[in-house]
Amino acid sequence: MSTPLLQTKDLQLAFGAVVVADHINFSLNEGERLAVIGQNGAGKTTFINICTGLIRPQAGRVFFEGKDVTELSPRAIALRGMVRSFQLPQLFTEHTVRDCIRIAAAGKRNRLGLWTPLTKAVDDDEVARILTMVGLDKRADELSGALPEGQRKLLDIAMALIMKPRLLILDEPTSGVSSDEKHGLMKTIMNALDAQKVTAIFVEHDVDIVSQYSTRVAAWIAGRIAADGTPEKVLADPEIRKNVIGE
Amino acid sequence: MSQDIYILAVLDGLSYAALLFLVALGMTLVFGVMNIVNMAHGSFYALGGYMAATLGLWATAHGASPAWSLLILPLAAIIVGCVFGALMETSLMQHIYNKDPILQLLITFSAFMIFEDLQRLVWGTQPYFVSDIVNYLGTADILGITYTRYQLMVVPGVALVVFVALRSFLKLSSIGRQIVAVSHNREISTALGINVKRISLLTFVVGSILGALAGALASPTVSWVPGIGGEMIVLSFAVVATAGLGQIEGALVAAILIGLARSFTVYLLPELEVLIPFLIMVLVLLFRPQGLFSVAQSRRV
Amino acid sequence: MNRAKIVVILLALVALLLPVALPWIKTPLILGTAFGIAALGISILIISGQISFGHAMFVCAGGYAVAFVSRQWPHLDSAWLLAVGATTGVILGIVVGSFVVRYRAIFFGMLNLALSMVLFAALGKFFNLTGGTDGLRLERAPFFGMNLERDAFESVLLVVGVALALLSGWLVQRYLRSVAGQALSAIKTNETRLEYVGISAYQTLWIGYIISATLCGLSGAIFAIAQGLVTPEMGYWVRSGEIVFVAILGGVGHPVGAFIGAGIFEFVKLFAAAYLTGAWQMVLGFVLIAMVFLAPRGISAMLEQRTTSKREDV
Repeated sequence: MSTPLLQTKDLQLAFGAVVVADHINFSLNEGERLAVIGQNGAGKTTFINICTGLIRPQAGRVFFEGKDVTELSPRAIALRGMVRSFQLPQLFTEHTVRDCIRIAAAGKRNRLGLWTPLTKAVDDDEVARILTMVGLDKRADELSGALPEGQRKLLDIAMALIMKPRLLILDEPTSGVSSDEKHGLMKTIMNALDAQKVTAIFVEHDVDIVSQYSTRVAAWIAGRIAADGTPEKVLADPEIRKNVIGE
Repeated sequence: MSQDIYILAVLDGLSYAALLFLVALGMTLVFGVMNIVNMAHGSFYALGGYMAATLGLWATAHGASPAWSLLILPLAAIIVGCVFGALMETSLMQHIYNKDPILQLLITFSAFMIFEDLQRLVWGTQPYFVSDIVNYLGTADILGITYTRYQLMVVPGVALVVFVALRSFLKLSSIGRQIVAVSHNREISTALGINVKRISLLTFVVGSILGALAGALASPTVSWVPGIGGEMIVLSFAVVATAGLGQIEGALVAAILIGLARSFTVYLLPELEVLIPFLIMVLVLLFRPQGLFSVAQSRRV
Repeated sequence: MNRAKIVVILLALVALLLPVALPWIKTPLILGTAFGIAALGISILIISGQISFGHAMFVCAGGYAVAFVSRQWPHLDSAWLLAVGATTGVILGIVVGSFVVRYRAIFFGMLNLALSMVLFAALGKFFNLTGGTDGLRLERAPFFGMNLERDAFESVLLVVGVALALLSGWLVQRYLRSVAGQALSAIKTNETRLEYVGISAYQTLWIGYIISATLCGLSGAIFAIAQGLVTPEMGYWVRSGEIVFVAILGGVGHPVGAFIGAGIFEFVKLFAAAYLTGAWQMVLGFVLIAMVFLAPRGISAMLEQRTTSKREDV
């Protein structure tokens, strides 16, 4: 059996009496589309933050492509191919849409050039392709700070995609987007992921989105993984329906 | 170090610390409420001193006894704070709340530049030294040391009174608690019905008065010349950075720390005298940037 | 050719040709170019969202380095002295920057201020080494191998100053368009995301700091050579404030802004000395306040033809 792309061993983290990560043992294989569900405060974002290097667990290890990345900085982890997008879009608001993606593309090369202009230092064809893929090509030369919400989300994700990640972690990709736009947005993202053969984890609250776009679902309750399996199985589980989905 | 020198250093340090504290207090109060560092704060110190000297000269010319200085000094401070402080707040500070922090700093720096020339135009470049009150109050004997009563009792005394009064004011009075509320969270204060605009004006005027009071108190003891405001403001930065922005009790401790450090250095290692406050500032910023007494997180990556 | 390029050429021509009509204006022009180079340096940090109220320490250090070297080796060519100033800036920028760039916002500003005041105080007090508050004098050294009289020397210094201004403006523009330069401006808007796309904010800001210190060191060298004197005053915090002032006045959007700002600064100083009883600080203070409300991105921004929405900040 090949090495899992992402694996965590016994992650532990508590803030005082509140346990946000409770012996999380988890593994994800290449090609999976994992949806992470759970109520606010259940530990989903903590899990992502630990995996991407923002916070250190009190115990346990994180392995990416078989290597221990627990102590690495967010930057080091991103350079290894585990990239995340953000629930609240994190953009370079005074740069144009195109330049935001160019900067993200430049990061991957891990070389801070002082002479070559940004436009020449990255593969501008790649940048154009990504822009077209997410539908931002028409607004490419506008200031990213001026975009409407749904497109800010798309740009945030596009900046992650241009880094050619092995694993993309999307934090609530459709939150803040109006209901009629949600599916369009998800379809666009998934198509882009398919085209780049990217394994993905996405945190989601919308059950429809979860059932339609994931191959596997993991449900968080109080810092533990309470259920882990196919969407059909997990979403039908009565405990999950009661405690997570809220029926 | 002989006992005499030791006592002298302590007395010098405490007297100096009292001035540092008053200036730093004004700056830190304004920062707490407005979240702006006022680069022109030292100008109030300078103006306070000039105003006190002018009023003092006027009083002497009208035959008043030097004892009146004890009234004139705070009066000068109040005039400077109410006139120049209110002017600066209403014409400038009020309008820059939502601006880029860099622009805010530059605007207050521009105000500093304007005040520098204003002082020069009104009072000229010759030194002012109106020290009648010091001579009038004479000296006292402390443990074998002769020290001026003015620097021994008046200066630290005023600072102590101000400290206690301000603390009580902020804790007990309605306006005081509103000031504290605004310094914690501007938006919520507005939602609670506090007139944030009025509180900001009041705080700025009080802060300016404090700076000017320090200047007024200092003016009978040292030659008042152009540039004295610029010198004082960087020293008050040292105190505020050491204490932590917005810390009032901390500012008192930091002022005493820096005041004593400086006065002891004068007697032990005179070359380092001017360096010491800034050396302390550098060390604090390097190892505990949020200040010695702050609980907040500092901006460090 | 865009408006900015036209202004650059205009400024260079004015600087080079005005002395033909007004010979006494050479010195203010030299000081103006030096000032502009320092402002160019500080504008790099402003672009990253940080403000340093201590960069006069690099100007001062550059000047004192030139003074020490020139007094030790009086025949060392002025061109080499200029290099000494710039090199001092590089070295100090690397050393100081290595720890200073971990700080942000007011803490960055205050730490730079504190360090510059330590230097200022030290230079003033250690009389035997530094000449104390009177400073150090340096003699006029040969320029490009030629031993020149004062007038000719100043002419050469002016031409060299303008050339250095043009060169540094061009190099800084290239830098700001590069990956490192674009990352620098991204620090201002979203430092976290910058890290998450794989770029080190620390390295990026350190590079920017080193370049800014180098330019300030070069500026100090020009001041030292032009005035034949260096004093601790060169490193006083108000000088640092003036450098920032000039950068914001001219605008950081285009390198020419630093020189526009410096030009206005020197012009008002001259004008006020002659007509306004020397109240140049007051005039400039009001000018900047007006500018922040009317044209917050500085005068050079008015040269740009912007099609997208205006932004309120620097």
